[in-house]
Amino acid sequence: MVCESWKAQLDTYLDGELPQEELRSFDSHVRNCPSCSADALSRVQLKRAIHMAGKRFTPSAEFRKRMQQNMAPKPRRRFRLEWMLASAAAVLLVVGTLTSTYLGNRSGRDQVFSEIADLHVATLASSSPVDVISSDRHTVKPWFQGRIPFAFNLPELQNSDFSLLGGRMTYLEQTPGAHLIYDERKHHISVFVFQEQSLPSKLSDNALQPGKLSFNMETWSKGGLRYFVVGDASAADIDRLAKLFKAAS
Amino acid sequence: MDLSGANLRLDSFEELAIPLFDQLYNFAHWLTQNREEAEDLVQETYVKALKGFSSFQLGTNFRAWIYRILRNTFLTSRKGLKVTMTVPLDLDKDEEGLEPAIEHDTPETLLLARSNHESLQGAIDELPVHFREILLLCEVEEMSYQEISETLAVPIGTVMSRLSRARQTLRNRLRPNLQQGAGLRIARGTNHGL
Repeated sequence: MVCESWKAQLDTYLDGELPQEELRSFDSHVRNCPSCSADALSRVQLKRAIHMAGKRFTPSAEFRKRMQQNMAPKPRRRFRLEWMLASAAAVLLVVGTLTSTYLGNRSGRDQVFSEIADLHVATLASSSPVDVISSDRHTVKPWFQGRIPFAFNLPELQNSDFSLLGGRMTYLEQTPGAHLIYDERKHHISVFVFQEQSLPSKLSDNALQPGKLSFNMETWSKGGLRYFVVGDASAADIDRLAKLFKAAS
Repeated sequence: MDLSGANLRLDSFEELAIPLFDQLYNFAHWLTQNREEAEDLVQETYVKALKGFSSFQLGTNFRAWIYRILRNTFLTSRKGLKVTMTVPLDLDKDEEGLEPAIEHDTPETLLLARSNHESLQGAIDELPVHFREILLLCEVEEMSYQEISETLAVPIGTVMSRLSRARQTLRNRLRPNLQQGAGLRIARGTNHGL
């Protein structure tokens, strides 16, 4: 009974949560009180037993592999996805070309904007929108090495509403490029980067809402690269992301 | 690895989240008590955490943050809703009325407990989910009271009282097993039962 107040704090003491100023007197009491020291020893034994028994479940190798693939794709899978992506892009190009032929009255510029919007929508509709899943620009940027014939900088997103979801290769007018997907308050925004000289259509820098589509889009050229930012976010948000890219490039 | 906010740089999501994979899975399996559901829970947690990473405040505790996502995801799942419907109303009541703490435990009885993982795991499994999770966060994840408080979104006082009740409930449930085991292993006539 004498030790009741000490025992009430025994768990806190053993959890290492006793305030520093009480620790010394508690320590001294436990060392000199047989009842409290026996109780403390029992509780420590139980803590250790729970600690060991609690580490009971480990993820299966299959699940671990699946998660690893989701977080950072394996080369073989990448190759397969690239091939599928290239095929999908080729189909899109064929469809785009046919559409262009049939309509006949679309200017090259409009066609590019329309294809960019198509790529954005087709990608988001895909079950695997990105080939490299990462929020880290230092992971995404190197991923494009050897896949596209140019390098580009990704902006710092700290203190912004944007977060990087990942990236994939893409093609526009048979030109390879980078496609990055960002999240901004549940809106997905695509950023496309191509070599300006490789694009057949000549474009001017613009912030626009292309045709009948309800997307906002901004495009500009800097350092020999042509950038497109497209999404259903507001024009102001598209412009903010564009500015981050302009500052980084 | 220090995951506390103080040393948090502009680390990537992967850098912070991947080292917690095994621990999160273990915790998820304890909550769901089912491998497939645990896998789904961990996967959903990672997807939600990645999506919400931009809202994660630098300087706060990432581990508590992602555990909170996992726990909230579980509690809003079908199984989570089912188990929380059976939570006792006096879950966080003060210690009043509780039996006194184990005053007659001896190292022998607890050594016995240590050698009997299965009955201990069974006893943890049978705890109400709110007791099970707090015990695991404290003893297995070795979270501080502050971290547990952030993970469960309850005040530190509640952490302390709930933890105490969880331990007491576990001891009570282990008592018959230990007494039975002690009867087999320890010479008759000793008074070493819990």
